[in-house]
Amino acid sequence: MKDMLDTKITRAINWNRMKDEKDLEVWNRLTVNFWLPEKVPLSNDIPSWATLTDHEKQLTIRVFTGLTLLDTIQNTVGAPSLMPDAVTPHEEAVLTNIAFMEAVHARSYSSIFSTLCSTKEIDEAFRWSEENPHLQAKARTILDTYAPGNDPLKRKIASVFLESFLFYSGFYLPMYWSSRAKLTNTADLIRLIIRDEAVHGYYIGYKFQRGYEKLSEDKQQELKDYAFNLMFELYGIENEYTEELYDGIGLTEDVKVFLHYNANKALQNLGFEALFPPEVSEVNPAILAALSPDSENHDFFSGSGSSYVIGKAVATEDEDWDF
Amino acid sequence: MPAWPPKVAGRDPALVYFSSASGNTHRFVTRLDWAATRIAVEPEAPLPVVDAPFVLVCPTYADGQGRGAVPKQVLRFLNDPARRRHICGVIGTGNRNFGATYALAGRIISEKCNVPLLYTMELAGTDTDIARVTDGLRKLGDNLCSTVS
Repeated sequence: MKDMLDTKITRAINWNRMKDEKDLEVWNRLTVNFWLPEKVPLSNDIPSWATLTDHEKQLTIRVFTGLTLLDTIQNTVGAPSLMPDAVTPHEEAVLTNIAFMEAVHARSYSSIFSTLCSTKEIDEAFRWSEENPHLQAKARTILDTYAPGNDPLKRKIASVFLESFLFYSGFYLPMYWSSRAKLTNTADLIRLIIRDEAVHGYYIGYKFQRGYEKLSEDKQQELKDYAFNLMFELYGIENEYTEELYDGIGLTEDVKVFLHYNANKALQNLGFEALFPPEVSEVNPAILAALSPDSENHDFFSGSGSSYVIGKAVATEDEDWDF
Repeated sequence: MPAWPPKVAGRDPALVYFSSASGNTHRFVTRLDWAATRIAVEPEAPLPVVDAPFVLVCPTYADGQGRGAVPKQVLRFLNDPARRRHICGVIGTGNRNFGATYALAGRIISEKCNVPLLYTMELAGTDTDIARVTDGLRKLGDNLCSTVS
């Protein structure tokens, strides 16, 4: 009886009583990282945009429209669909932040468009996104998983795959332009989106792991099989999507390697092992450098990299250091 | 309190690592099959006692400005000169998607402790990372750490 009464109590969220410290850690990270597209001087890219061929422009607009679609899904359906399954009130609050930032991401592509493109080009690309079978197939596959009544952990698997895998066939292109010193302000904005999506994939993957570890071995195996099957299905779609977009500028094989690399990272966010072997997942160093400028790979062991040289302008100030 | 050095004979230097509840670094170290001791996630838990050369493996938790990159537990561990004396290198882990703060904790620890940043890698590492780090630790055991201790 008391329990029944208890369930009728509406509870205010108390951030001074944490059930899971990760909720506060991620909340803090996301709120500090908050940004809006207005902070990026996109108009500085207008001269650079003019150097692209018509085909390169069309490709770029289409890629960004595809990314807009994924952000729209995650904003309006994906993140909200995770809320009923939240195990702490703080998790719900974090998910509201994730949902809102997806809206910011979706909105920021339109800022890029309005800065660089004509209305006709924009309208054409949105029409393309509605008619492209591969883009629509990936949207449908994810939305089916998000449907009400579905397994909460399967929803998290699909969400991590969207956040940590599906975006990357699109993210490749601005990183590629950036590596060739083109559209560099646009790339700065995309890097802010990539940073956010990395926290989202990490957090949803973390929550998946907490649910997964409570399951029986049989149920765990079933979910793991589901995850790998879904990855195969999405990977199949992504391959075709990639070929259609990138064959024309000869980048398909390079993008596919990037897909493998990100599929492996998405699986790691869920706590699973990598799927694609290293030989097909070694990303073009120019793309890696575009992702994380100023942070080359260090391999002191093998004598490559700059070994003893230490990154400049790092934030070492922390009152908790004693020396 | 975890015993030191950890039990896997003939593996020098041992590893000390931090891994939060998301477990990426823990999964990396587990796959590495190298003597290793974990700095506990719980802030009040006893810290590992070390009296031999070790390599620290540390993930990065920085915000967009790079603040908070080194976990508090790791700071507490390194603040003790008796422990810090034995560090002979650091392996930084992270995610390239965080841009300039990728593996930042490794760079900060390298600078503060004046030891080489031995390697950087993402999340739970790849098979390539496992091979390179294993090979590198073997070499390090033959050279660098023996002169430090």
